[in-house]
Amino acid sequence: MSSGTLYDKIWDLHRVADLPGGATQLFIGLHLIHEVTSPQAFAGLQDKGLKVRCPNLTLATVDHIVPTTDQTRPFVDPLAEEMLSTLEKNCAMHGIKLHGLGSGKQGIVHVIAPELGLTQPGMTVACGDSHTSTHGAFGAIAFGIGTSQVRDVLASQSLSISKLKVRRICITGQLREGVFAKDLILHIIRKLGVKGGVGYAYEFAGPAVDNLSMEERMTICNMAIEGGARCGYFNPDEVTFQYLKGRLHSPNSEEWPRAIKWWGSLSSDRSSLFDDEVQFDAAKISPTVTWGITPGQSISIDENLPEPESLEPSESLIAKDAYKYMNLKPGKKISGLPIDVCFIGSCTNGRLSDLQDAAKVAAGRKVAKGIKAFVVPGSEQVAKSAEAQGLDNIFRQAGFEWRAPGCSMCLAMNPDRLEGQQISASSSNRNFKGRQGSAKGRTLLMSPAMVAAAAITGEVTDVRDLLPNNY
Amino acid sequence: MNQALSFPKGIISKIRGQCIVIQGNDIDTDRIIPARFLKCVSFESLGENVFADDRTELKGSHSFDLEENKGASILIVNQNFGCGSSREHAPQALMRWGIRAVIGQSFGEIFHGNCLAIGIPCATAAAEVISELQKIVIMNQNKAWTLDLNKLLISNDIKDWKVNIKAGPLEMLKTGHWDATRRLMHNDKELTRTMESLPYLKGFNDGVKMKSNRI
Repeated sequence: MSSGTLYDKIWDLHRVADLPGGATQLFIGLHLIHEVTSPQAFAGLQDKGLKVRCPNLTLATVDHIVPTTDQTRPFVDPLAEEMLSTLEKNCAMHGIKLHGLGSGKQGIVHVIAPELGLTQPGMTVACGDSHTSTHGAFGAIAFGIGTSQVRDVLASQSLSISKLKVRRICITGQLREGVFAKDLILHIIRKLGVKGGVGYAYEFAGPAVDNLSMEERMTICNMAIEGGARCGYFNPDEVTFQYLKGRLHSPNSEEWPRAIKWWGSLSSDRSSLFDDEVQFDAAKISPTVTWGITPGQSISIDENLPEPESLEPSESLIAKDAYKYMNLKPGKKISGLPIDVCFIGSCTNGRLSDLQDAAKVAAGRKVAKGIKAFVVPGSEQVAKSAEAQGLDNIFRQAGFEWRAPGCSMCLAMNPDRLEGQQISASSSNRNFKGRQGSAKGRTLLMSPAMVAAAAITGEVTDVRDLLPNNY
Repeated sequence: MNQALSFPKGIISKIRGQCIVIQGNDIDTDRIIPARFLKCVSFESLGENVFADDRTELKGSHSFDLEENKGASILIVNQNFGCGSSREHAPQALMRWGIRAVIGQSFGEIFHGNCLAIGIPCATAAAEVISELQKIVIMNQNKAWTLDLNKLLISNDIKDWKVNIKAGPLEMLKTGHWDATRRLMHNDKELTRTMESLPYLKGFNDGVKMKSNRI
């Protein structure tokens, strides 16, 4: 059993009671809600005649269903309109703040809470969305929950939950030029497997993490769940503090010295005990691309697609299924594979630095003929900052569409979707069958810079070939 | 679909019925219920759309479409079933189709919690047990199965197999406390004490009054 880790410390601080059977009642310091997983929770509350326990620790936004082109109300899709108006009604009735469209603060829930300074070290964060693990980047315990649990948090500001084990993922070495946080986490998931993290929280640590920005850390924690770990986190440090300083909901200048003192005390102790430890050398990782139907089915850009028989027995069946679905053959390289659609965005890679990385590749070039390429900023604030830097013009001039913020084609609950067997290069987080809106649609996950490279050449391409100072 | 069966309520100790098999590792919740069906403000109509795209693909030969599986209530799966998205729509869709228990080698963490929250036990069993159960269920039409939570056994009229459910969830199911809302609300005094001890809720200052409005 782990002890002395950040996870243990935050767990103990938030433990309300031990429940019969061994589960813990855990206090939730920040509850984020959105239009897809909350309506039934509010209905459940109403059925039981209950109120929201802490509206001032609850924040709502709309992200999954919003169109990224015409956002005029009512939406063209009456179901989408019904979901947003239901959220508006529920928030008004229960006194919950909603950052709606055009408020300047709307965006993907996992993008806005950090940028508003709401997500802070030492907190517990819950949201009815599996990518809530993102917030662990700040040294918080953050996890996705289902709708019944959303109802529980609304009613009691707490959850019935069992403690996870902790695996320390020690990262040494530095990412090379043209290799990004996305490549690192795809590589880790490939090696540890999509089931490898079940029952664990992942602590990302080691000498390499000091140099990772908050946005890179968010990308990594975001995909912890794709490796089976419900929760992933970094210990808070100077990078975390600098990111938070001066943000809307960050501690004010009077509170600041006390805040950083407390935050600093939360890091895993040197003498911490972990349930498991593994190590990765970031310097050995190349741009990584998924080829299959789980985020663990990935390879380096310079590798050949694996023979199903060469994989672990438990992986070979799904590899065969993946080859059939993706219409790919083992033994070949993934580079050169023609692409139909390029999507840059999502809670994994829809932040300013992601758009900057992609814009560097797109600048002065043109999207290949026949390719549909679009950029969806993660939030209204990201869009505003990107536009202030002229990134929207770089993308538009290259032939990308510049859209309004939302989850978009990550899960295709809005009008953005693949058609037929189209194949996409996508900076999102899941390549499941049918994920991007077509039952036969195919998804290749990669870094935003790699997506931009694919858009320019029309095929899967090593982004390092398109970067300045070719090396 | 087994609409006659009522939804789980109170103490859950035995689930009797027919088994149904879904084979394959890493069956994600997008496959259990594709995202387009999440555009709803109630769970009511999800049952008919469970595994929608897989069923279309298999043109009637998917196990959820086979005549002999109609009315089945115990689902036998492989590894990491329900991985991916946190959508409770996945267990809700299974439940509304008629599923009342799932037995597998392992489950996605959030899916497992979502099942528990609506009174659907997720029992684990060894790989050999799962493959034997799946074989028997597919091969013959033995419809009388029982999952016994007290004995932790899945049985037909010939044989018993050992299954496991973690102590916490097991206790919650057996005592009928899997619907946690009231229990959590019951500890409000302790909850208030926890809140009062958290530095980030009181300006990082001991003894200072709680901030009244954080958001």
